Amino acid sequence: MSLEASVRLTLGSLHLDMEFVLQEDEVVALLGPNGAGKTTLLRAVAGLVPIDAGRIRLDDEVLEDTATNQYVPTEKRSIGVVFQDYLLFPHLSVLDNVAFGLRSRGMPRSEAAARAMQWLDRVGLTKYAKSKPSVLSGGERQRVALARALAPNPRLFLLDEPLAALDVTTRAEVRRDLKQHLASFRGLRLVVTHDPLEAVTLADRMIVMEEGRHVQTGTPAEVTAHPRSKYVADLVGVNLLRGEADHGFVRLPGGRAVAAADAVAGTVFALIHPRAVSVHRQRPEGSPRNVWPGRADGIELLGDRVRVHIAGDVPVVAEVTPAALAELDLAKGGEVWLSFKATDVVVYPA
Amino acid sequence: MRRERAPLAIGVLATVGAAFFIVPLVGLIVRTPWHDAVQSLTSADTLEALKLSLEASLSATALALVLGVPLAWIYARVEFPGRTVLRALTTLPMVLPPVVGGIALLLAFGRRGLLGSWLDSTFGITLPFTTAGVVMAETFVAMPFLVLTVEAGLRSMDRRYEEAARALGARRWTIFTRVTLPLIAPSLFAGAVLCWARALGEFGATITFAGNFPGVTQTMPLAVYLLLQTNPESSFVLSLVLLAVSLLVLIGLRNRWLGSA
Amino acid sequence: MLMRVPSLVAIALVVAACGSTGGTAAGSPASLNGSMNIFAAASLTDSFNALGKSFHQAHPSVALFINFAGTPTLVTQIEQGAQADVFASADTANMDKLNADGFTAGSSQVFAHNKLEIVVAPGNPKGINGLADLAKPGVIYITEGSSVPAGKYALQALATAGVKVTPKSLETDVKSVVAKIELGEADAGIVYTTDVRAAGSNVQGVQVPDVVNVIATYPVVTVKGSKNLDIAHAFITYVVSADGQSTLASFGFQHA
Repeated sequence: MSLEASVRLTLGSLHLDMEFVLQEDEVVALLGPNGAGKTTLLRAVAGLVPIDAGRIRLDDEVLEDTATNQYVPTEKRSIGVVFQDYLLFPHLSVLDNVAFGLRSRGMPRSEAAARAMQWLDRVGLTKYAKSKPSVLSGGERQRVALARALAPNPRLFLLDEPLAALDVTTRAEVRRDLKQHLASFRGLRLVVTHDPLEAVTLADRMIVMEEGRHVQTGTPAEVTAHPRSKYVADLVGVNLLRGEADHGFVRLPGGRAVAAADAVAGTVFALIHPRAVSVHRQRPEGSPRNVWPGRADGIELLGDRVRVHIAGDVPVVAEVTPAALAELDLAKGGEVWLSFKATDVVVYPA
Repeated sequence: MRRERAPLAIGVLATVGAAFFIVPLVGLIVRTPWHDAVQSLTSADTLEALKLSLEASLSATALALVLGVPLAWIYARVEFPGRTVLRALTTLPMVLPPVVGGIALLLAFGRRGLLGSWLDSTFGITLPFTTAGVVMAETFVAMPFLVLTVEAGLRSMDRRYEEAARALGARRWTIFTRVTLPLIAPSLFAGAVLCWARALGEFGATITFAGNFPGVTQTMPLAVYLLLQTNPESSFVLSLVLLAVSLLVLIGLRNRWLGSA
Repeated sequence: MLMRVPSLVAIALVVAACGSTGGTAAGSPASLNGSMNIFAAASLTDSFNALGKSFHQAHPSVALFINFAGTPTLVTQIEQGAQADVFASADTANMDKLNADGFTAGSSQVFAHNKLEIVVAPGNPKGINGLADLAKPGVIYITEGSSVPAGKYALQALATAGVKVTPKSLETDVKSVVAKIELGEADAGIVYTTDVRAAGSNVQGVQVPDVVNVIATYPVVTVKGSKNLDIAHAFITYVVSADGQSTLASFGFQHA
């Protein structure tokens, strides 16, 4: 079972141009900032948004192909969708909601009700079978949405920000449940999210999208180790620079050269973990090859560590202990010097 | 939170506005001869008019639902050239003087009318002077109320529910009956009730197109008008009945004029 | 409460006495000015419009407003407080009612008579030749409501002629009946000869034999509470004068 999708479309100011593949042995997360086009892409795969050019193939069935004018309408696609606000039908009971997909496809009422009850049992909500969705909590509604989408046994399971509507405390618990349900589902699975924690927890593979375009794909480990855009770097919490490698240096667009042990040639990313950056009141002596001045213009407290944002021609984030911060005594205009070793710079091709 | 109080000027004008409506209604209640009321209400002619009014207005409402809901759906969901004009035309009876509506109906469905002459020569069907004619006249003036209300309900409903239904495999008819209609039920109800109330009170188009004959075309409003000439005080009683019905309708609808659940 | 204005009967009688010897419109005091509301039966529409025009020509400073409707409607309007100066009725019954209810000033005068006539479409396509033909199958017959003088007379004539026929509609006045015949919605109706004449070539008339016909008597009166009694009396004087009578005759009315 697999999904192959190449989608090009324009919606308002969004120009989407994406290609991706889903295999049945992996949960894929589509991650990106708001406005990246992730939900639009999901809706295009579901058939709810018209495509300007492209092709969507689910197993051996062509769902859409602009070249040959083929289009299978949404209601005929073997998909299950969990929408962002769940969209449980407010006028139907929980049981009727879950049975909806079955009844729509012609299943007799009693059989559909029985199957729906089985699903409610799986998500632990049988006692709410006759209730209306409005009496349920956010987490419970999410489970009903899940059951409703999966009851008809679709081949492709699409989730649009499945945890976004929940508060932080519920989210953690529901995330665990969701991971289990995703694992036990025998089919293709795509989760759209803007929350990196969600992506990292639920997905076997991540596709990062920005402004309608593909940025990078990889396992969560790969992506966090080698981010390829500021967006991902910020999510991961590392410094990311980009420039031309030149025998031990990376020349940045502004002119500064960063000493990097592995830099040979070509356009590269240079990743420096904030922990590797030291902050000084005066110009430091010692082995670190990368030393330059800046101005501390922001401080973040992260548990037992502190992140200092240093502005300058090359903005950098450094991580220090609170004690170190106190010693620095950043009162006078915040002028500081930063330093990091060439060996702490991770270089990889752009 | 402190209750807001109206500025003096607004309060005065609003009071005058309210009086404008209340005084005539109070006048009707005060001048009605209550001791004769029962007799007036139970006379054969009155009961006949009441029965006819109820039958005709309910039929008109049913017809308006069958024709009006699809119209409302098209206005709310389908883009096509000339939609604005069509919509204006089908809303016209709301602002047209009812007699003008009656004349228009005659010119279309009367014995020499556009369609009426064809009906007469082909099927021998004439609509003026029949109860069917009454239903047509009432539908003509009352249906726009239903169309507008239902259209507003359709526009304001969250269409994502329909998408969710599609993703669950529902075809268009299933979506319409199991998702859309239930979600706009309040607007549908309000529209039907408004339509019915308007149909019940219709006079000008009825008397012009359908004529006036007890038991066939003499609805309550017509009966009131004629009673006014022979026995004004009986007409007050009947007027009060119509007034009470209308008031009940309005109070019952209260906040549910437009919008979804 | 019904409005009762102090009666001007005494003055009215004096003025009426002065004006009742048959003066013409031009003979009345030319210094009349003000306005006057005339409430007249629907069957008087064309004739009273003509009378009003002549009267206005003779008295340019008088503004004339004429309200035409079925006679019972006019009675109701006056009794409910409408401002009328002159009331011209299509029968004596309605005039008596208005008088008995205390809304008239002075006694009324008969100024015209009328007769019934059957009105049909031009060419008489349904072949109506008399009252009996109204009951023919396939004929749509309409008439006025029985509280309208013409409607009442129609019932009388039909009873005298021994014809049983159920109308398809009871209209509120003669003009509505004529209109529906003109439009082709109905085949035949009973109205006055004056109405048939007024509709010209749009309709055709079928005479009702005098032996079964009903003579309609048209009285006119000044209304109590009128603020323009002098003008009202002048108008009534004109209507019953030789000039007024010949105008009425030209529209098909019989003399007073």
